[in-house]
Amino acid sequence: MGNTIAALVVSGNGTNCERETAHACRLGGFTQVDIHSIWEIVAGDVSFAPYHFLCLPGGFLDGDDLGSAKAQANRLLHSVDAKTNTAIIEQILAFIAAGKIILGICNGFQLMVKLGLLPASSGNYTEQLVTLCGNDSGKFEDRWVELSVNENSPCIFTRGISSMYLPVRHGEGKFIAKDKNVLDSLMKSNLHVIQYLDQQTHKPTLTYPDNPNGAQHGIAGICDTTGRLFGLMPHPEACVHRTHHPRWTREDLPEEGDGLAIFKNAFTYAQEKFS
Amino acid sequence: MPERIYVGTKPHHRDSAGENVRNRIASDLGIGTASSVRIARVYILNGAFSTSELIALANGPLSDPIIQDYSINGTFCTTFDWLVEVGFRPGVTDNAGRTAKEAVAVCLKRDDLDAVSVHTASQFFIQGKISKKLIERISRELLANELIQTIAIYSKQEWLGIHTRVFAAPIVTDTHAITPFVPIDLAVSDDALLSISKKGMLALTLDEMKIIANHFAAHGSDPARKACGLPASATNVELEILAQTWSEHCKHKIFAAHITYLEEGRSTQTISSLFKVYIQGTTETVRSMKGAADICLSVFKDNAGVVRFNDTWAIVFKCETHNSPSALDPYGGALTGIVGVNRDPFGTGMGCQLIANTDVFCFASPFYTDTIPPRILHPKRVFEGVREGVEHGGNKSGIPTINGTIVFDDRFLGKPLVHCGTLGLMPLVINGQKGYEKKALIGDRIVMVGGRIGKDGIHGATFSSEALHEGSPATAVQIGDPITQKRMTDFLLAARDKNLYSSITDNGAGGLSSSIGEMAQDTNGAIVHLDRAPLKYHGLEPWEIFVSEAQERMTLAVPPSSLNAFMALSREWNVESSDVGEFTNSGHLDIRYNEQVVAFLSMDFLHNGLPKMQLTARWTQPKDIHAGPLSSSDHNADLLGLLKRLNICSKEYVIRQYDHEVQGGSVVKPLVGVKNDGPSDAAVIRPILESFEGIAVSNGIIPRYSDIDTYAMASSSVDEAVRNAVAVGADPDYMAGLDNFCWCDPVPSAQNPDGEYKLAQLVRANQALYDLCINYGIPLISGKDSMKNDYHIGDTRISIPPSLLISVVGKVHDVRKSVTMDFKKADNIIYVVGTTYREIGASEYALMKGIADTSVPKVHEPSTSMKMYRAMHTAMQAALVRSCHDCSDGGLAVALAEMCFSGELGATIELSRIVNDGCTTNTELLFSESTSRFIVEVEPARAQAFESCLSGLPCAAIGTVTRQDAILVTGLTGEKTLSLSRIDAKIAWKSTLTF
Repeated sequence: MGNTIAALVVSGNGTNCERETAHACRLGGFTQVDIHSIWEIVAGDVSFAPYHFLCLPGGFLDGDDLGSAKAQANRLLHSVDAKTNTAIIEQILAFIAAGKIILGICNGFQLMVKLGLLPASSGNYTEQLVTLCGNDSGKFEDRWVELSVNENSPCIFTRGISSMYLPVRHGEGKFIAKDKNVLDSLMKSNLHVIQYLDQQTHKPTLTYPDNPNGAQHGIAGICDTTGRLFGLMPHPEACVHRTHHPRWTREDLPEEGDGLAIFKNAFTYAQEKFS
Repeated sequence: MPERIYVGTKPHHRDSAGENVRNRIASDLGIGTASSVRIARVYILNGAFSTSELIALANGPLSDPIIQDYSINGTFCTTFDWLVEVGFRPGVTDNAGRTAKEAVAVCLKRDDLDAVSVHTASQFFIQGKISKKLIERISRELLANELIQTIAIYSKQEWLGIHTRVFAAPIVTDTHAITPFVPIDLAVSDDALLSISKKGMLALTLDEMKIIANHFAAHGSDPARKACGLPASATNVELEILAQTWSEHCKHKIFAAHITYLEEGRSTQTISSLFKVYIQGTTETVRSMKGAADICLSVFKDNAGVVRFNDTWAIVFKCETHNSPSALDPYGGALTGIVGVNRDPFGTGMGCQLIANTDVFCFASPFYTDTIPPRILHPKRVFEGVREGVEHGGNKSGIPTINGTIVFDDRFLGKPLVHCGTLGLMPLVINGQKGYEKKALIGDRIVMVGGRIGKDGIHGATFSSEALHEGSPATAVQIGDPITQKRMTDFLLAARDKNLYSSITDNGAGGLSSSIGEMAQDTNGAIVHLDRAPLKYHGLEPWEIFVSEAQERMTLAVPPSSLNAFMALSREWNVESSDVGEFTNSGHLDIRYNEQVVAFLSMDFLHNGLPKMQLTARWTQPKDIHAGPLSSSDHNADLLGLLKRLNICSKEYVIRQYDHEVQGGSVVKPLVGVKNDGPSDAAVIRPILESFEGIAVSNGIIPRYSDIDTYAMASSSVDEAVRNAVAVGADPDYMAGLDNFCWCDPVPSAQNPDGEYKLAQLVRANQALYDLCINYGIPLISGKDSMKNDYHIGDTRISIPPSLLISVVGKVHDVRKSVTMDFKKADNIIYVVGTTYREIGASEYALMKGIADTSVPKVHEPSTSMKMYRAMHTAMQAALVRSCHDCSDGGLAVALAEMCFSGELGATIELSRIVNDGCTTNTELLFSESTSRFIVEVEPARAQAFESCLSGLPCAAIGTVTRQDAILVTGLTGEKTLSLSRIDAKIAWKSTLTF
């Protein structure tokens, strides 16, 4: 691949958002964007190593049958690459150790959390410290939410962004930390990257529907201490053009949707680091 | 021995699923004494596992350590009064069990788990002062459907006394020896023939049974048949194949029938076939009218219709119904309906990417309070079950549900209507061939891909060809598995792009019998080895294997040279594929089981042996009733009442639970406006993210108009679908339509004495469809009919109102010019485009007020309507229109209120300015449901340009958008006739479906 900055979007097994996520990566600047199924990775036909950006899109991995992303997390923890006989999780840890970047969106965020990749505040990327569980409403919901961005967060994906308006589409998005210590340290380290905002007060909220799931502190997305791993419940890939905005026919909006900046930041970081 | 792992939410965490169940116990069943409900998932592992393995599974894939606790072979909860355990009956699809088994194998790295089965159940721990009788009611009416699930109820004391014992796993234990075939003697009396059909759930009439008997009498001793070792009489496998192939569901016998149409005062009309004359006839005429502008690529010859989208891509569209299974099991029936219709576009041509779903439901009122007849579920339960089934099917498949509606009428109590539609995006050229064409070749292998075969769905095709009755089979219900299907479609798109197959179709109604039987027409024969088809469990007889409607399966024709590569790719993608036979040119469908031939049917007899039905239709014009000039003293109360009505009120409760934005192409969403909650006329999406070309998808369905005249019902449905698409920016000259007829039995019989009238209603609906579509230049590219939507048990007969759903897909040349229905800016001018007639008959207003009047809305001048639609499109392309909303249920007043509260603006209008014909009162102008009308918002600076676009057409400026909260209407004589707060209007509109 030479100096090409390459993104890998992982699909298969119930992942649904691979096409629009790949499209957002291209709009963000990535010149090579490949979509590969998890089965191609397990078969050893595709490896993470040549890529700089690993994108885990939204969907319903294994139908959320065991809880969102649980079965896929189990698969990634226990499966080995059929050609090199190396564990898939080891390949992911090597990808992280190489200073590369990972974005998990919705079901991809749930997968990162259940693998332990986020928040990994202890430095251990295989210990689950938080979860994303059933919305307090008990319902899957598709609605748009106002989000604040923690400008003190180390997250490389949200640099220069102060707020966003994005859609959420999930039934299991309620962020809960293992205990108070985990939550406090996460907040203290500014790993809480985005929070749901009250549309009137523009402050983080626990109130439905502005906080659509009842997440603690209104947390909608977190990163690891390096800021290179980021997961969020809202869908930035679903707001990369003004016509994605639900009120584009009545409001004077910029051509680019709020979500595109996340992919542009990912490209900028990867280009600076790897080209 | 079966091991049990119980998993549930930790006590200090919120169990929102349990809270929902508690709330529904109170709201749906009126039982307010359940103080709390907690839910545990039960994993039943039927095999040998060590304690450390069980702990590893419980700590690993089966629970979330942050919020969940688990218990192994114990009890999850001790603080409860009653425990209800709901599990699946043996053999019923258990999606979570399937996923859990895979997770167990991966986690334990054991390769000896083939014989192990994993099952799931749910435990509901209920606290509160509730009698056992009420707990039994809660279990039956809310927690479980005994058709597919088992219920076990324990008091706290009972459960804690036995919870450590070994519980049996719900496995199919059938070990009986398989009988390859059973000879069926058809040389018997008429009564005996009918009894064979009835007992076998074949749904074959006496005439059809006689045709089959005569065939075997004449050909049963043919040497070729004898050489197969078959008797001269039919086998049970052959009878099942014929029953499936000749079923109303698959053969559409009523639409193919020769009909004599009688109408008083008119000469007798003979119709050779409703389908050929009115459906195919419409499309052929429109295509020839359009010439080079014809957009049809593949119509009436595949699983779905295909139209050109641009020079590179085509759009595939199909809409199906799944009414009968949804009546028995709303969740499973609807889930199967949506994942089932997904396979139709996917099985069209060489396959396509699925890009959108639509859903249109018809239910009785969820607030129904009368007695529920036997075997019918309460409409609220049907509503919630169907909603959830489509939610799981659509959301988990990653296909956005972009458009739909819900029609309420208590005559849908006997059978709900569950229309599910799917659109696909197909390359015009795939591997150098036309993507929308396919052909199985002689020698191609017959490969079944996807799920395994079980008894689920057996007799679905024949069952849906009958009224719901005491003997309606539980096995007709299937439960879909979106993830198995998603894996399968992902794999098949990869196989398609590698050019590994020559034809593909889905296994839907009729299963392999239908898919292989149809594909075999390409080569004129096939040999099928049923013993090579993978089964979910032992015990299926050969005929059951062949007609099972077990889901998530496609049948492909794979060239022998590609078979190894196809199978290798299938293994890599973790999808099961089986080589079950070969396409031949033998002229016979040759079905074998362990090398024993069990059916040997002539392809010609199978597909052409059924003669046309001969039917008579008799139309009697309903007596004209004119209620006189309608005048209400309180239009504010009338409007608030209409906004609360089930057919008009907000459907946000359902829409929000469907993912309408996945795939990233959403442009006009189902909910729009300042608060993202106004009712869109239609959806617009961009199928190709790199382009601004789009499609609009809309629907029209108004069954209540059938009470007066099905001609008016059908023409109004077509007009509604077209004007909805035009309202958001679709090009009226670049549209295609789908027709879904759902009717009450139009074949006369002792139980159905008014069959001739119902058939006449069907004829008139077809005539209207033909007339409107020719006028509008809309080709019909696909459709379906469901003709037996009746409930008949004992003396109770409930028939649905005749209904026609028209679904339209239209081209939006540049989505950036799309328009939504919410008012945008104060001081803009409000126009009404179209003529308002005094058309109150069967309107929502008439139903609300109990007004008897036969002035049902008609499409008076279709050519004028079409000119208007073209003019509106021209105005939208020139960016002259700020908002546009069609007038439909509830008329102009409802449409105006919706535009006001969606845009959070007021309006002042004068009724005297509206172009009208025959309206003499304010009430008639406000609430008439005349077709072909829009309310349009235009900026003053663009008014002249807009008016010149509409010049010569019925169009009038009737008022302005205001900053105020009020909707103000001045009447015909200058008086204030309506003055309502838009906020109050919105509160009313959102107050009905608040579950």
